[in-house]
Amino acid sequence: MRELLMGNEAIAMGALAAGVNVVCGYPGTPSSEVVETVAKRKPDGVYVEWSINEKTAMEVAAGAAYSGSRVLVTMKQMGLNVCSDPLMCVNYIGIKGGLVVLSADDPGPISSQTEQDSRHFGKYAGIPVFDPATPEEAYRMVQDAFELSEKLGTPVILRPTTRVCHNCASIEIEEVKSPEKPEGFIKDSRWVIFPRLAYSAKCRLFEREEGLSDLLSQYCFNTTAGKGKLGVACGGVSAAYTKDVLAELGADCRLLNVATPYPFPSKLAEAFLDGLDSVIVFEELDPVIEDALTEICGRKGLRVKICGKRTGHTIHAGENTHFIIKKQLSAFLGIELKEEIPDFSDAPELPARPPILCAGCPHRAAFYAVKQAMKGKKAVFCGDIGCYTLGNAMPLDMVDTCLCMGASVSVPQGMYHSENDAVHFGFIGDSTFFHSGITNVINAVYNKAEEIVVILDNSTTAMTGHQPHPGIGKTMMGDISEKISIEKILEAVGVTSVRVADPLKLEEAVDAVREAASEKGVRCIIFRSPCVALFKPDKKMAVQPEKCRKCQRCIRELGCPALSIEDGRAVVEPSLCNGCGLCAEVCGFGAIEEVRG
Amino acid sequence: MNRSFLLCGVGGQGTVLASRVLAQTAMDRGEYAGTAETIGMAQRGGCVVSHVRTGSGINSALVPEGGADLLIGFEPSEAVRCMKYLKPDGVCIVSSKAVQPVTAALTGKRLDSAEMIAYLKKHISRVIVVDTEAICESCASPKVLNVALLGAAAESGKAGVSTSEIEEVLRKRLPEKLIDMNLKALRLGAEAASEE
Repeated sequence: MRELLMGNEAIAMGALAAGVNVVCGYPGTPSSEVVETVAKRKPDGVYVEWSINEKTAMEVAAGAAYSGSRVLVTMKQMGLNVCSDPLMCVNYIGIKGGLVVLSADDPGPISSQTEQDSRHFGKYAGIPVFDPATPEEAYRMVQDAFELSEKLGTPVILRPTTRVCHNCASIEIEEVKSPEKPEGFIKDSRWVIFPRLAYSAKCRLFEREEGLSDLLSQYCFNTTAGKGKLGVACGGVSAAYTKDVLAELGADCRLLNVATPYPFPSKLAEAFLDGLDSVIVFEELDPVIEDALTEICGRKGLRVKICGKRTGHTIHAGENTHFIIKKQLSAFLGIELKEEIPDFSDAPELPARPPILCAGCPHRAAFYAVKQAMKGKKAVFCGDIGCYTLGNAMPLDMVDTCLCMGASVSVPQGMYHSENDAVHFGFIGDSTFFHSGITNVINAVYNKAEEIVVILDNSTTAMTGHQPHPGIGKTMMGDISEKISIEKILEAVGVTSVRVADPLKLEEAVDAVREAASEKGVRCIIFRSPCVALFKPDKKMAVQPEKCRKCQRCIRELGCPALSIEDGRAVVEPSLCNGCGLCAEVCGFGAIEEVRG
Repeated sequence: MNRSFLLCGVGGQGTVLASRVLAQTAMDRGEYAGTAETIGMAQRGGCVVSHVRTGSGINSALVPEGGADLLIGFEPSEAVRCMKYLKPDGVCIVSSKAVQPVTAALTGKRLDSAEMIAYLKKHISRVIVVDTEAICESCASPKVLNVALLGAAAESGKAGVSTSEIEEVLRKRLPEKLIDMNLKALRLGAEAASEE
């Protein structure tokens, strides 16, 4: 059956076709749709969960794989760092059931803190990496990854990038059947990591590399083609662009497609390099293929010039595009581009559209309340990972730092020990709190830090597409589970000052912040109001033109996308307004009123 | 025959559904289809672009600069931003309604849709402007903008797809209660294009 599938859906369907038993992970763009698709389309006998963080997910995955289950664990590239502790041991220990680690990379980056390249992790951990160029390849490769993982008894990384994860393609998919029941855990000393076992495992990892590289030189997606003295090497989505560009240019040259960047298919690459004068390498993120080719040339004494990121022939950062590759490849091949690019330099000035908090987002109200309460006082606002990072935009300007998951709670601690005349705030979302905020609160309380932790509880993991978490009371298996109370956790770890407030009630919210600011120790404010994307609003706001005094305070202070100016007056765009009413509370003239939506 | 479409607009306007519908119509004809969309953080009020390529022998769904047969602008300034993708003989379908960015509100400047459309017409030989505001009003929903533009795209003759093919896909994809409203928008969009 052919279906239009997003790359992530294709990966999920491929894993189900491979008979996966257990799927777990933590949401992160561009990886999140894999677990969601498994939950939607799984047959009986497949277990799926959103774990609270990637380290937990990897450990759940390891346990399942020790017991003979086929397991897929999913995350974005930043999440691979979070789970590197178990990953960098399970590579030594090995597994019984196939274990595929999906780490989705984000060239650009489009929605990440960094342009980290997961391919390095494969080399670092000594485990194979599959790098699909298209959703179709991803569908096949996840199945190949399970085969290889089980054959070698090792975890395997599948590393798609955003343009594979989020692109759709019509794909022929196999029918999904219930997986075989795993054998279960069999006790054996091999499952306990000890120095002596680690030594022999290290030797084994090192020794298997060459044989594995030879095996992968035969792999159907590692290919060579074409003829001539000039070569192009590529991998990942850049391979798809390169093939389209070569067809468009009608050019013939040697082509190497690398689908397994680790272990590098050296024999295939040597055959490709043989007789070439120079090679240009197209890949995103880091020069992994480029360095591997350079190394082969060095080891084999080949006098082939390798052009790429290190030689300034290709881009160092950001996404490749058809256009970029066409320019660089035609220059490399000495082909003159005929068509002229039209000149649009006389275009009218185009508006900047940075991503912003949605109209009616309770985070806007929470940031505004803290800002009002701290007016004229020295305060630092530490942000975290989630929609609320967007609180940094003008006019809110309420995110002074953003580092990584959970750091909003611990960074203020370090600041407090360096300057104690400011009030230090941390803003953390509900899902991020469960991910890695709790341990940081314990650290702050026990070590007698002074800070205010603001928990922005919108009852979902909003940024990545509304996944449930332990505070919601629903699991991915469709069960109802007892909600885990954020208040009770805080109380249990020794936070004595805990307030819960509705951020959309401005006065109540500002009072909560003022009171907390007058106290000592670690204080927590839970601003609780659901994400606007989760419900249909029953009211909207409208500006009464005769009452509007054109002061534009609502515009200057809130930055709500539903508010704009017409003839100097504020207007509310009804198709965008979610009726939160914050603008009405901010208006000094009572000019903004509620209307039925 | 291979065709390339570029859909652009602002997060929340429904570009993703529109590109999936175009891809599905090609698949229903037995062709290959691929799409590439903006998903995630950039969606929150940011610029969004969807690429659609249909036919055969396609490796990547990304439409190259100068490669689109049809540019579907869900917002006039976003259409101007993406003009470089259109083929020299390509057609542009554009919504008449500007979406004011927060930055414009802060600086007190309003985005002028007429200026953007005039610029499109200066450089593109065939621009079909769809009065989406009127269509959305008559269908009583701002959400049908995407389907109205698909109607105009089909009627332009450049999409290689008919309104009845789109109708068939919409009937399969949309919940029952939304079908009539969307089919009305599809028809009104097609009428807007035939009047041009």
